[in-house]
Amino acid sequence: MPFDYRRAPDPESAVAAATGWAGVAFLAGGTNLVDHLKLGLTSPEVLVDITGLPLDEVDELPDGGLRIGATVRNADLAAHPVVRRDYPVLARALLSGASGQIRNLATTGGNLLQRTRCVYFQDLSTPCNKREPGTGCSAIGGYTRHHAILGASAHCVATHPSDMAVAMAALDAQVAVLGTAGRRVVPLVELHRLPGDEPHRDTVLAPSDLITAVDLPPLPPGTRSLYRKVRDRASFAFALVSVAAVLRVEDGVVEDVRIALGGVAHKPWRARRAEDVLRREPADEEAFRRAIDAELAGAAPLEGNGFKVPLTRNTVVSALRELSREER
Amino acid sequence: MDGDIELRVDGRRRRLRVDTRTTLLDALRDGVGATAPKKGCDHGQCGACTVLLDGRRVITCLTLAVAHDGAEVVTAEGLAHRDRLHPVQEAFLERDALQCGFCTPGQVCSAVGVLDEVAAGHPSAVTADLTGPVELTDDEIRERMSGNLCRCGAYVNIVDAVRDGAR
Repeated sequence: MPFDYRRAPDPESAVAAATGWAGVAFLAGGTNLVDHLKLGLTSPEVLVDITGLPLDEVDELPDGGLRIGATVRNADLAAHPVVRRDYPVLARALLSGASGQIRNLATTGGNLLQRTRCVYFQDLSTPCNKREPGTGCSAIGGYTRHHAILGASAHCVATHPSDMAVAMAALDAQVAVLGTAGRRVVPLVELHRLPGDEPHRDTVLAPSDLITAVDLPPLPPGTRSLYRKVRDRASFAFALVSVAAVLRVEDGVVEDVRIALGGVAHKPWRARRAEDVLRREPADEEAFRRAIDAELAGAAPLEGNGFKVPLTRNTVVSALRELSREER
Repeated sequence: MDGDIELRVDGRRRRLRVDTRTTLLDALRDGVGATAPKKGCDHGQCGACTVLLDGRRVITCLTLAVAHDGAEVVTAEGLAHRDRLHPVQEAFLERDALQCGFCTPGQVCSAVGVLDEVAAGHPSAVTADLTGPVELTDDEIRERMSGNLCRCGAYVNIVDAVRDGAR
């Protein structure tokens, strides 16, 4: 379908240009949106091109944190010296996603808002509640190797595909949003939704809400972080399971731990139960296992993805073991 | 809806009127007549459409032409200086890094981009130290070139060619 194309000179006019339309999309890198235009998954009336907005800088904040503009390219963010030095979990997550040619186009905001790669969602010939609410879920009872084991519903078992967002979830990132009613801040872990009975809504944002930046709080000295991704081939593939882990150990005791999981849920899954079990415990393998077991007690694997439960357990334990080993 | 854009393609300025739905790849091939970038999968999965856009390697099948007014595009054809091939192109010939050749223009542009990224010290997913210097090992080449598929399976020679092209 033809669409109207508009360029916005500043964030306020981008939001204004997007307001009042039923079918509107912001265009940044385009690597997911243009694919969906071709596949017929979406047919907006208006595209608002935001690549000209002054949101392409990474700035160090007075508190020691980092502000990442929404149109900063994934490749530039991964190569940024402060990200490489202070937030290795984020640099590693970015570098494990997509290909070099795609990372040179893809943006921070677009990466967060990319849609599931569920094969049934992408195939117009099969029913899908996310694509066409009320038609049913073809994945349930179908091919579910890549689907969710946590937080899914009877209406949708899709997973969120981003690596970057998993790292940001573990870093307690805050998402700056400009909407018709003004500016607001959404914690990254609350940006994406669980499917429930409205799986067509990926996030809490309205169509005219524009992500302008993502803020990363500073990490206390002595904090280590890493990203570990398990996939069907070594490069250019989405995660079966991924783990973003942030750990600070003092005198053998876990002072701070943050764990986010990718490939297992409709959103980047912050493993709060595991964190609660592990905090103030000895940083050893027994505690790591107890922690992730507490999280996975709530797992509900499907016919084709039961392997994700032990895979998640082992990947988390291995990530924490490596981080605690570095600590010594 | 149509849009008017100007591109600089392989050193030549081109004015185009494009339907807003036109990808940069289709604008290059059908509008400009620059057929070095190839349409393989048309979904960002194969890398055959890779060019250098404002100096950086990108796929052109998932980006709209109308969004690139004023851009500088270098395709595999524009890498050569008159009759003198780019060192990476020479290395592909020397190493026999192709069979059918369909993916080669994308491979070559991607390789030139990879070498620039390595020279700038940008790490990859297989770089052990994120803050240290980057060494162009075969593992680094394989990881960095993973966005370019070759159905003939000339990968072994492509790795050799990229390594040679860096010299």
